Amino acid sequence: MRTAGRPAPRGPEDDDAMTRSNGFSFIAPLLVLMVVAFNAPIVYMLGLAFWEKGRGFTLEHYEGLAETPVYLRVLGNTMRIALIATIANVVIGYPLAHWMRSLGSRARMFAIALVVLPFWVSILVRTYAWIVVLGNGGLVNRFLQWSGLTDEPVSFLYNELGVTIGMANVLLPFLVLPLFAAMVRIDDRLLQAAASLGAPPRTIFWKVYFPLTLPALAAGALLVFILCLGFYVTPAVLGGGRVPMISNLLDTLINQIPRWEQASAISTILLIVTLLIFAAYRRLDRKASA
Amino acid sequence: MSDIRLEGVTKRYGTFAAADSVDLSVTQGEFVTILGPSGSGKTTLLSLISGLNRPTAGRIFIGGRDVTNATAQERNIGLVFQSYALFPHMTVLENVLFPLGVRKIGGAEANRLARDALKLVRLDGLEERRPSQLSGGQQQRVALARAIVFKPDILLLDEPLGALDRKLREELQVELKQLQRTLGVTTLLVTHDQEEALSLSDRIMVLDKGRTQQVAAPTEAYLRPANRFVAEFLGIANFVGLPDGGQGLVRPERVRLSANGAANGSGKPAKVVEAIYLGQMVRYHLALEGAQSIVAAVPFLGTAHAPGEQVMVSWDSADIWPVT
Repeated sequence: MRTAGRPAPRGPEDDDAMTRSNGFSFIAPLLVLMVVAFNAPIVYMLGLAFWEKGRGFTLEHYEGLAETPVYLRVLGNTMRIALIATIANVVIGYPLAHWMRSLGSRARMFAIALVVLPFWVSILVRTYAWIVVLGNGGLVNRFLQWSGLTDEPVSFLYNELGVTIGMANVLLPFLVLPLFAAMVRIDDRLLQAAASLGAPPRTIFWKVYFPLTLPALAAGALLVFILCLGFYVTPAVLGGGRVPMISNLLDTLINQIPRWEQASAISTILLIVTLLIFAAYRRLDRKASA
Repeated sequence: MSDIRLEGVTKRYGTFAAADSVDLSVTQGEFVTILGPSGSGKTTLLSLISGLNRPTAGRIFIGGRDVTNATAQERNIGLVFQSYALFPHMTVLENVLFPLGVRKIGGAEANRLARDALKLVRLDGLEERRPSQLSGGQQQRVALARAIVFKPDILLLDEPLGALDRKLREELQVELKQLQRTLGVTTLLVTHDQEEALSLSDRIMVLDKGRTQQVAAPTEAYLRPANRFVAEFLGIANFVGLPDGGQGLVRPERVRLSANGAANGSGKPAKVVEAIYLGQMVRYHLALEGAQSIVAAVPFLGTAHAPGEQVMVSWDSADIWPVT
């Protein structure tokens, strides 16, 4: 005689509950790490800027910021350098990405590798390499003097020019790669269609090609701008302490003067500016990939 | 409105000839189809005529003007791609306005022309949509409107209906034919679909391996093909032996079938291998003696022969066309 063993019926809810609890237990350690190592410090930082021991909520630190012109000047300085570095990136990156699109598949891989290669080299190493290149006895100056363009060495280092060159170099891949991806997606037949409809090359570029790359260009430029705002290593090394940007100011406020409240007030402003720009970036990015 | 003339047009890639000394003359207002399998060079030929590509040798004339070395922009040709190639960042109206803007036609005049063109392809009311919001058939119509709005000298269509489903394709074939007749524009269409070629065109040019096989009216090419390739490419071909030792073509609808042993049962005995019901017709695949196979297409009148049945097949000697 056989006994028909019936398995206990299990509804779909049970399955769901199980995977849900399993999933949670898997990510719980990460979640704890995130909260403890990232979120809590940010909340603490925000709190520092708004709370005074024993006095409660205060805007005093922000008033302090507004009253000290040097802070605003550094903020403005940072914005300006970031803007110039971003524009430099666009001016160099757009033609570069456009040229890469025109390459054969093999040469294209090679070009992408060259653009990505700097990612694999430490940012510190790359920044110090610029000192060798841009220094008074460096490659660029020796060439300029040899060619007779200048008699005196041009000072590229320890000023805004050097910082801008360094940042533009480090951030170039962040612009070129998404831009290149958008350009590759453009169907050649669209350009052929435009030509067959009578459009000269200039019209094809400005009316068809450029508008199709614009969302990616704007998104990439915003990303570069955001990254510029928080740059520390390059301004510190290539600026030699003479080009104050926000990150370097924060370093001074925290490590040298100890004025944490002021530092956190500045950080909060930086955070808000960055979030606003990031929101704009997300909108554009969604448009670019649509 | 212009005529087109190709003289010995050749396009070589290395040693491979995508188009090999092709001659063709299309008269003003004519609808000619370039028909061939994929890789036959038909799209290459179209790109040479449109100016997107330059021939290695030969000359191209449009409206009597030698345009062999003219750019696409200088040729005033309406070109419709299989992939539509609509500008995704522009609305339907902006797409159609594009060739007008290039020609410095703007304002109310351009708007009127664009709306007229859209009305002609029955898309009025969709002016403000984006191409991504349209169906494949609608996108194809926008591409067509964009290609005719600037009154091109000639219209070139590269497999314009290839990406559409059968029913829509048949509808658009009728519309395309009517549109072409209304505009009277000289039209060259490229396709691998022999039905499309037969139903749309005044004349067909059959292409294979870059070489012209035949240029003729559809009925002519179908019933009196220049060679075996044309015979086989344009529909189903039966080849039968001729008394002189050559081969002759008999089209399936010319093959008569009768029940075995019937009073008028003349011809050759054959066995039904397969009977395929097609609605108006039944297509029989038959095996003659000596392993020769024959396809017959017979109007369906209520009954059909079953596979395995023995029948008699015959045809008139007048229906045989000798081929080489």
